[in-house]
Amino acid sequence: MAETIERDKSRFKKIVRGKIKSNLKKYISHGELIGRKGKDLVSIPVPQLELPHFKFGKKGYTGVGQGDGEPGQPVSIDPDGDQPGQAGDQPGEHLLEVEFTLEELAQILGEELELPRIEPKGKKNISAEKDKYTGISMTGPESLRHFKRTFKQALKRQLMTGDYNYLDPTIIPVKEDKRYMSWKSTLNPESNAVIIFMMDVSGSMGDTQKEIVRITSFWIDTWLRSQYNGIETRYIIHDAAAREVDRETFFHTKESGGTRISSALEVCADLMDQHYPPQEWNIYPFHFSDGDNFSDDNDKAVSVLREKILPHVNSFSYGEVYGLYGVGMFKKILQERCPEETNLLVADIRNKDAIMDAIKVFLGKGL
Amino acid sequence: MVKFPTPLKEIKYEIQQYADDFGLDYYDIIFEVLDYEKLNEVAAYGGFPARYPHWRFGMEYEHLSRTYTYGLSKIYEMVINNDPCYAYLLECNNEVDQKIVMAHVYGHCDFFKNNLWFAKTNRKMMDEMANHGARITRHADRHGMDRIEAFIDRCLSIEDLIDMHLPFIKRKDDEVREMRPGLKFESEDQPGHDGCGCGCGQGGEHACSAHASCPSAAGGPDMAEEFAEDFMDDEEQSDVHPSKLRSKDYMDEYINPPEFWKEHERKIRDKLKGKKKFPEEPQKDVLLFLLDHAPLNYWQRDILSAIREEAYYYAPQGQTKIMNEGWATFWHSTIMTQKALKASELVDYADHHSGTLGGSRTRLNPYKLGVELFRDIEERWDKGRFGKEYEECEDLALRRDWDLNLKLGRKKIFEVRQVCNDINFIDTYLTEEFCHRHKLFMYQYDTRTKQYVITSRKFRDVKEAILSSLTNFGRPLVYVEDGNYHNRGELLLSHRYEGRILDPVYARDTLVNIQYLWKRPVHIQTMDDDRKLIFSFDGEHHSDKRE
Repeated sequence: MAETIERDKSRFKKIVRGKIKSNLKKYISHGELIGRKGKDLVSIPVPQLELPHFKFGKKGYTGVGQGDGEPGQPVSIDPDGDQPGQAGDQPGEHLLEVEFTLEELAQILGEELELPRIEPKGKKNISAEKDKYTGISMTGPESLRHFKRTFKQALKRQLMTGDYNYLDPTIIPVKEDKRYMSWKSTLNPESNAVIIFMMDVSGSMGDTQKEIVRITSFWIDTWLRSQYNGIETRYIIHDAAAREVDRETFFHTKESGGTRISSALEVCADLMDQHYPPQEWNIYPFHFSDGDNFSDDNDKAVSVLREKILPHVNSFSYGEVYGLYGVGMFKKILQERCPEETNLLVADIRNKDAIMDAIKVFLGKGL
Repeated sequence: MVKFPTPLKEIKYEIQQYADDFGLDYYDIIFEVLDYEKLNEVAAYGGFPARYPHWRFGMEYEHLSRTYTYGLSKIYEMVINNDPCYAYLLECNNEVDQKIVMAHVYGHCDFFKNNLWFAKTNRKMMDEMANHGARITRHADRHGMDRIEAFIDRCLSIEDLIDMHLPFIKRKDDEVREMRPGLKFESEDQPGHDGCGCGCGQGGEHACSAHASCPSAAGGPDMAEEFAEDFMDDEEQSDVHPSKLRSKDYMDEYINPPEFWKEHERKIRDKLKGKKKFPEEPQKDVLLFLLDHAPLNYWQRDILSAIREEAYYYAPQGQTKIMNEGWATFWHSTIMTQKALKASELVDYADHHSGTLGGSRTRLNPYKLGVELFRDIEERWDKGRFGKEYEECEDLALRRDWDLNLKLGRKKIFEVRQVCNDINFIDTYLTEEFCHRHKLFMYQYDTRTKQYVITSRKFRDVKEAILSSLTNFGRPLVYVEDGNYHNRGELLLSHRYEGRILDPVYARDTLVNIQYLWKRPVHIQTMDDDRKLIFSFDGEHHSDKRE
């Protein structure tokens, strides 16, 4: 019986997976997944799948209830959100939460956006060797002797040969009884990767813009995590000056003041210098801004980017979020001045619906 | 299988004794104790441990186990209409809960066995469901799970288009169906329906217009007549006086014997009558019509018939929801409060019982409504509050104290549980007093304020609203109107409009599934604001036509 329900459950999950895939845009732009993220599970609310049948329209529905109240008074809807429905003959339209691991989610994203797998650069030959005790062997060093198994074996032998005396249950293992733990070495290809998120928190970046950044970074994070074993994330915010912050601050800070993109890029370059030597790390900086940079800062920003960042990173992605006061020039400047840089990726994020396309631009090259 | 624990067995015997004393009459009951995971699993399969594979069971399980984990729902009890009855108990329930559940189950089993509407259900459904499972799994092995499952989806989409009165109707042409050998199903292991009305399904692709002559083929007309009639066109056919053979006057009586012509005329008349419509009368069992006449291949037919059979098995449970639950609740409360309850268990019992009867303001709880009605009937017949004299009595004080001390209540409710279904139960026994005492009201959606508003407390309105929600399970009445629509083998369904329109989105989606089975274009005719409206789907495009 247990198998059959597992079988039906997995078929259901497959269908849901298909549904999510085909509605991925909706799920991405609503950002409702992020709030439901557990440690490594995401539960995704899907409406209970329903097979169509002939039924009545809403118009003209009359229900019967029980309780006080005069004609004309509204029927209070139940506190648990139960909408009035047919008299008990239909299951209400419940939301069903289906759990997916982040890995599965990344896979769905990858399949739908046709994201290529990333080939880690540089260190792909370096792999860490890991030992794991997996079995038992007849020979080995005494320090690895498996005490319990050894004595069990001795007991068995003594019982078989009739040496065992239950009045004096002494068990003496001989050499043939001894069992040792044995291990297996597995090679874990290890590649280090770091994502550096940078965000403009100047006055022109409102809550909507931050929400867009939050959703985009969630998906980027999910995808890159599925590509690398260990991954680190760093966050930098800036207005006219930049600093590194933790995740919480990153998404919830609102500052005012102007925008100096170069400041963030400087901090990013410093961070890379100090912690992430490019020959050992795969580095993914992402920068989100409305592009409304101080015009005297553009030259500096571009030069920092070209000299200190682009040569060392897998890719540098710049997402231009349409801000409260429209959008600035920085994207154009980047495109004009660095046309030959292949690892510079720029995208417009006009609104939430554009997030998916931006993600495709950022991750679609498999750099 | 775990052994049925002795303490529970003792409880079972105790409760069984009480049930016998009260005169309940039931099939043997086999209780099984399951942990919550298993119980959810069985519940997801509608109570049957072995069924065909389908994702919706997985979804149901996911839903049940999720809501159970969050503490939102808990299945106390499940019971299967079968001989013997199977009932499942939740392992972690405490003793008093088990008592209540068992008493409740005895009520259900008595109802299954004795209620008229269950009389035609298959009492070996446990085996039948497992057979369906095995058969469908076999088809899946041969044709691929995806194909089978997609087909099941289509069938389930129309599984409610059955005629729940059909098991009780003996039609004239039932015998004809059985008398026609050679037009039977090809498959031997096809339980449920013997005889397919038309042999056309055998050939896979076929011209549907050929159907039109099928219903009339029953008489076995002789070849020459067939031939002669084929040459007549429609207008000539409508003339039931075919030309006689040429003859001299004095020979006419011999060459054209009057008896022969009379007979001939009659045959043509019959034939025309049959031809006019196909099916002759609107057929409510759409599934049967499709089984009989749609170009389905062997495994499709098999699956559709299995699903139809299960739909018929479940139909009486839908028809008697209020009564069935009311009856079981009546008996668990009677047995518990009069016999089985220990003083120490009172609080737990009250808690459980109130949970069963509690409900929301906007949804009538079938347990509550049912049990209160049964109690009301018992009291009325005990006190003789029925019949002409009582009903015509207008003295309120007299009515209030009316008591003839007849003590007919128990007998009456047993009778009611035998002959009623929810509709005539409510229709006959929901009284105005009951309606006021229980503060029933009717509510409707107010488009202006965008909320549900109490619209009436009048007895008539309330009763009508309940009854209309019960009619055909609160689903639209759909009939097969014409299997040869436009004389092009298209299928016309009709929705019997009674004031509520069809949901257009669902209607179109459902048509897609019917079209897949029928292969030719399908239509459903309904009304929208007093105008005739036909939804159509021809396999590629949807179209609506208003008249």
